[in-house]
Amino acid sequence: MQALTQQLVLDRIKDHFPEAIQDVSEPYGLLTLEVTKREVLPIMTFLRDDPELNFGFLTDLCGVHYPDQHQRELGVIYHLHSLVNNIRIRLKTFFSEAAPVIPTATKLFSAANWMERETYDFYGIKFEGHPDLRRILNVDDMDYFPMRKEYRLEDGTRTDKDDRYFGR
Amino acid sequence: MIKQRPRVVERPEGYVGEGFFATNIEKVIGIARANSIWPLPFATSCCGIEFMATMGANYDLARFGAERLSFSPRQADLLMVMGTIAKKMAPVLRQVYEQMAEPKWVIAVGACASSGGIFDTYAVLQGIDKVIPVDVYVPGCPPRPEQIIDGVMKIQELVKNESLRRRQSEEYRHLLASYKID
Repeated sequence: MQALTQQLVLDRIKDHFPEAIQDVSEPYGLLTLEVTKREVLPIMTFLRDDPELNFGFLTDLCGVHYPDQHQRELGVIYHLHSLVNNIRIRLKTFFSEAAPVIPTATKLFSAANWMERETYDFYGIKFEGHPDLRRILNVDDMDYFPMRKEYRLEDGTRTDKDDRYFGR
Repeated sequence: MIKQRPRVVERPEGYVGEGFFATNIEKVIGIARANSIWPLPFATSCCGIEFMATMGANYDLARFGAERLSFSPRQADLLMVMGTIAKKMAPVLRQVYEQMAEPKWVIAVGACASSGGIFDTYAVLQGIDKVIPVDVYVPGCPPRPEQIIDGVMKIQELVKNESLRRRQSEEYRHLLASYKID
C-alpha cells in the first residue's frame, strides 16, 4: 500500500468537498485547511470514517479571536491525528463575532466535550447541540469571555498593582 | 559546665508572694494561646514548599508551640494561606475560614496570598483579603522560612495582646459583616 501523504489527503478532501476549502497552507509541515463553517463537520466525519484516511483522534480543539478580520473575527480550530498513518491535519473555520454559533463536534468525538466547553468559556463560542455547555475553568459567575481581545487581561478588582512593574 | 535553664515563657506582670502569684487572667490566657497555636496550612504553591522547610528540623516552627498542624479547620487557631488562590478556589478558602472556631487568626504568606502577586490576571484572586480578613501579611516570592517564622511571631504578639472580649466587640462584628460572614 502506498504511504499516505499530505498531498493525497488534500486530494481526497478536494474530491469530496470541492467547494468547502477556502485556503490551504503548510506551516511547519502541518497541513492546514481553512474551510467553511457549514462543511467543517462533514469534512471531519469523512476524515474519521474513510477507511484509508482514518483520522480517529481529535487531538485538540480551540478558539481564536482576530478582532481585525471583518466578519471573520472568531474561529474554531480542530487538530486531527490519524494514528494508523501517523499524519496530522488542522482545520480552521472562521465566522462573525455577531453570530458565534457552530455545530458541536461531540457527536463525532467525545473528546470534543470538554474542549468545546473550554472554548465556550474563553471565547463565548456557542456549540449547537453540545450536551452540557457550561463554563469549565473559570468561575461560574464570570460575566465575560476573558480571551476575547476587547477585555483586559488584568483583574478588575486589583487595587495595589502598579502597571510599570508589570511591563505595561 | 554551665547548666542552661530550659527556656520557658516569661511570666506576666503580677504580684508574687509566698506560695501565690496573682495576675490578670487575660494575660495568662493570651500567653497560653500564643504558645500553643495550631496552624492549618492552606498551601497551594511554592510558598507551601517554604512552609515545609519551616516545619522541618532546621527552622522548626515547633519551637513556637506550633508543632501540631491541624488539618481540620474546626480545631485550628491559625489559618496559614500560602500560595496563589485562584478565583475558583476563593469560596473553598472562605468556607475553611468559616468552619474555624473562634478565636481564629489568618496569615497571608507570600505575594500571591497577599495581593495576587505576579498573577495580575482575571483568573486569580487579588489577595485573600478580598474574601477573608487577614491579620498578618508576609512579603516575599516565596518568603524564606525566617520570614514565615517572623510572621508567626507577629501573630503570637497579636494573640498574646488580644483582649478576651475582642471577638464579641462591635468592631469585630463589623469586620466580619464587611466580609459578609456571620
